Amino acid sequence: MTTTELDAVSTTEDQAPTPRTRRSWQRTIHGSPWTAIAFAAPLVIYLVAFYAYPLMRSVDLSVHDYNIRAFVQGDAEFVGLANYVDVITSDLFQPALWNTFLFVGVSILFQYGIGLALAVFFRNNFRLSGVLRALFLVPWLLPLIVSASTWAWMMNSDSGIVNAFLLAVGMDPINWLTSPDWSLTAVIIANIWLGIPFNLVILYSGLQNIPGDVYEAASLDGAGAWKTFWRITFPLLRPVSAITILLGLVYTLKVVDIIWIMTKGGPANSSLILSVWSYREAFGTGQPAFSPASAIGNLLILIALVFGLIYVRLQSREEH
Amino acid sequence: MNFTHKRTTVAFATAAIAVGALAGCSTSDGGENASGSADAPGGTYTWWDPYPQHTEGSDWQNRVQACGDEAGVTIERTAYDTTALTNQLLLSAQEGTSPDVVLLDNPAVSTLAETGAITSMDELGFDTSNIDENLLAAGVVDGTAYGIPIGANTLALYYNAEILDAAGVDPSTITDWDSLNAALEAIDAAGSRAITFAGIGTEEGSFQFLPWFWGAGADLTELNSPEAVEAVQLWVDWLDNGWAPQSAIQNSQNTAWEEFLDGQTGFVENGTWQVNSAAEAGFETGYITLPAKDGGAAPAPTGGEFVMAPVQSDTARYDVTSQIVECMTTPEGFVETANTFAYYIPPTADGQEAFLEEHPELSVWVDAVRAAKGRTSDNLGTDYPLISEQLWTAVQAAMSGAMSAQDAMDAAQDAAVAATGE
Repeated sequence: MTTTELDAVSTTEDQAPTPRTRRSWQRTIHGSPWTAIAFAAPLVIYLVAFYAYPLMRSVDLSVHDYNIRAFVQGDAEFVGLANYVDVITSDLFQPALWNTFLFVGVSILFQYGIGLALAVFFRNNFRLSGVLRALFLVPWLLPLIVSASTWAWMMNSDSGIVNAFLLAVGMDPINWLTSPDWSLTAVIIANIWLGIPFNLVILYSGLQNIPGDVYEAASLDGAGAWKTFWRITFPLLRPVSAITILLGLVYTLKVVDIIWIMTKGGPANSSLILSVWSYREAFGTGQPAFSPASAIGNLLILIALVFGLIYVRLQSREEH
Repeated sequence: MNFTHKRTTVAFATAAIAVGALAGCSTSDGGENASGSADAPGGTYTWWDPYPQHTEGSDWQNRVQACGDEAGVTIERTAYDTTALTNQLLLSAQEGTSPDVVLLDNPAVSTLAETGAITSMDELGFDTSNIDENLLAAGVVDGTAYGIPIGANTLALYYNAEILDAAGVDPSTITDWDSLNAALEAIDAAGSRAITFAGIGTEEGSFQFLPWFWGAGADLTELNSPEAVEAVQLWVDWLDNGWAPQSAIQNSQNTAWEEFLDGQTGFVENGTWQVNSAAEAGFETGYITLPAKDGGAAPAPTGGEFVMAPVQSDTARYDVTSQIVECMTTPEGFVETANTFAYYIPPTADGQEAFLEEHPELSVWVDAVRAAKGRTSDNLGTDYPLISEQLWTAVQAAMSGAMSAQDAMDAAQDAAVAATGE
């Protein structure tokens, strides 16, 4: 929505200097460039105050050496890219990057796969399908502190229901949250559960836009359910899928809360991803280190940017 | 087509910036300010503390207000949780909107004092010589005191008397690690869980580990000494033997306490602040001091808050601020605070005497507090949080089996040295 306004505004401004518009401005006040600016101002102020300034401040924090004394006194020393070098050469960087990659990749793969399967399932309306669909939205409605704490209880090594189930079916219990081999898996499972409703809703609405006669034609041609899915549903859903995955990626990259509540990135940093690392540097210890924290945060923005550019590239190729 | 292209670019850029705004965690709201520094004495003075559980109308709120009344001003009190309070203080100091009085958890005091945002007690005209040295130490930076403890608490070992009886363990025989381990083994053999504690990856984890660390004779400046490794191994063995639950690795002190209240666990390491809750448990409880490795009481870390006065641009406000601080730190004031909070031991000899007259049964706690040790003492100051982070990380790594105790502590020592720049 905002983007269309932006475009509209820029178009008006582009036209302003041409003689034709100037003449119309003389006839009526509606063409005044000041009017255009006045209309644009709330949006521009909003963008600057809530997007440009925080981003600038984040970059500013990351290129200075803000220890807490400097933070209060405002006299931080300029250190250039030293914070970035420190972060990247840190022993934690490689594991954290790899964990981020696994966390985001596996989460999105399953969220999208399960979300798509459910969306296709719900496309055929049946009795109670509305109620069932609503139930699938529950993870979205619960406050994160509630769902994350509940997952942590369920995965408790000694008294969790998950291990009780494993024992009941004759398997060995797993130390979900306290074993370095399992903690990342545990938080990924919880995150997949959280992300399914989002994928379900967007993909389901995408399905509604595929005209029914295409399916009719397919069935007349004798296509089975499997063929219909791969030849019709999946290709026609591609634009919606792309934006779902991009948004999912951005959401998942910045996940802090669920991991912080369940494992705090531990034990032994085994479930530490970049965003959690950034949060921990800034707020997780008794000695806030804002500069490295914002350096990590800015690296995350760069990663999101790369994927965004890939998306834009794919989009434009598809259109040409 | 071009139009769509442009639009997606903008859409994407907006999304990317949104991540940045959330992940970059740069600025935050300034929080409750209202120091209103133009006010003449007789106005409103702001007070921040980390006790959100004491709401409007509570005994504590009334006590704070009474101190304001005595000084002839209104006190506007705001409560945050401990971590949020430190962050709010830093932000308000940066904005120049610090509160007049703040109560802050002791390990954070030297960090705040370092920023130059706290008025020293000398400047306010307070004599801190009568405060117990071990309790005051956390607030002293380079020989200058920046706050006064309003009370102190520490850790002890609570037990479930019914489980100990069933296992034939007499708590009074537990005086060192060997006798403790023997008791744990007996409880385990009798079919109960032997012990639980909080090994969480935050300051709480270090707080709980330090009595064993110091009790083994280890020093925070050398995390990989044989004594330190031995202390880590003690916890690792408890887990490996099945004496402590796996969940101890992620437990906070509250979670550990709840596990204990469930009535299935023999011992729990927890704070003196749980005395009331222990008395109300559905089974008979008792407590002993934490044993050092070779006998005697282990030095447990001191807990508790300091009262401090952040720097104000309007120095005329300090007079009233001093009166408010004074009201909190007289012997009567200490005892009143101790009574308002459950079992908060006064930090001066006078205060402790007056307190013991009212509660003679609590002499064990007073002794424990006298033997306790500040986390930032030994001149660690602002290095302590950096060392502590490495300590809890290493303890977690060893307990979860990611590394051996020795390797974990070697890595912690390297990281701590790098972080503190020694």
